[in-house]
Amino acid sequence: MSLVTEGADFNVPASAGAGVIYAEPSLASVGDYLALLKPRVMSLVVFTALTGMAVAPAHIHPVIGFTALLCIAVGAGAAGALNMWYDADIDARMVRTARRPIPMGRVKPGEALAFGLTLAGFAVVTLGLMVNLVAAELLAFTIFFYAVIYTAWLKRSTPQNIVIGGAAGAFPPMIGWAAVTGSVSLEPVILFLIIFFWTPPHFWALALYRTGDYARAGVPMMPVVKGDLSTRWQVLLYTLILAPLGVLPWLLGYAGRIYGATAVVAGAVMLVLAWQVFKERSPADGASRKLFAFSILYLFLLFAVLLAERGWGGLLGWISA
Amino acid sequence: MNEQRRDEEEGVVLTEAQKRARRSRSIAIALALGALVILFYAITLVKGPGVLHR
Repeated sequence: MSLVTEGADFNVPASAGAGVIYAEPSLASVGDYLALLKPRVMSLVVFTALTGMAVAPAHIHPVIGFTALLCIAVGAGAAGALNMWYDADIDARMVRTARRPIPMGRVKPGEALAFGLTLAGFAVVTLGLMVNLVAAELLAFTIFFYAVIYTAWLKRSTPQNIVIGGAAGAFPPMIGWAAVTGSVSLEPVILFLIIFFWTPPHFWALALYRTGDYARAGVPMMPVVKGDLSTRWQVLLYTLILAPLGVLPWLLGYAGRIYGATAVVAGAVMLVLAWQVFKERSPADGASRKLFAFSILYLFLLFAVLLAERGWGGLLGWISA
Repeated sequence: MNEQRRDEEEGVVLTEAQKRARRSRSIAIALALGALVILFYAITLVKGPGVLHR
């Protein structure tokens, strides 16, 4: 299941862009190439990686720290471009993704593949040469995991796709930590686990009210394959694991009281919303929409408070110490 | 026949939109390369001789 052999003709991967007319020579603008990088995902990656760097118990020169963040961001963007290259056929069939550059015919699949591979190589090599090899290896594995394990394999073959694939989105704090310390320990692994267990309730809440979209595209998301009830039960189950995990950084002593209070309150809200999702029945979708929206705030709050408490200068450290 | 010969002589003729898109891409690549030159210079200053040691 290789990224390359799946689409032996680089311009036509897995029926990508069937029926799409591409301008020749290319009409792609700079904005189209930026869209390939999935800027919103990239900003979340930068944010969580920055938190991983801030929590790490060591010092990093700001220029080297900036370089590490840039490489992590570009690596994430490269993985996004490779994802759009491979998934162009699915994207064309889903309302949410139909306006991406490849299904719109503005960027050819081969251009996206070349762009993604070039940026991935650049990001990993630069991180390895300018920061350290452990961080570079983790970044390379993350790109591989997202582009090959998740995109090319799991996404189309199992309803557990986003559970296992969620690991790719969970690695950035670990890479940030490794960029500063040159190693990995329990603290970044817990940050990894928080994002890992946050991913299923977040995406399945979305999938619950976008089931038709995923079914049309042939993506075996949990509600499409296992049905509404099973998905709601699993959303609750993962949230039951997530809420206590979110408090662990405080219990283990590398986050302060403000983080602890935030994690307890936000975790309780997540549990209440997940319970409402569990009790709700389709076609009602209010609870799913609320959980999806709050899950974004939940992750943002946890990492923002951790960053503020432990970040350079410890903005809130003097209060919660 | 004449039309085919004319195409071969002229090669690919870009439309105005294609020229604009190409120009904006070229400028973006130039800016990215310039930023990288500055970044690598700054890293070299920060790391000093250590930049050569792996």
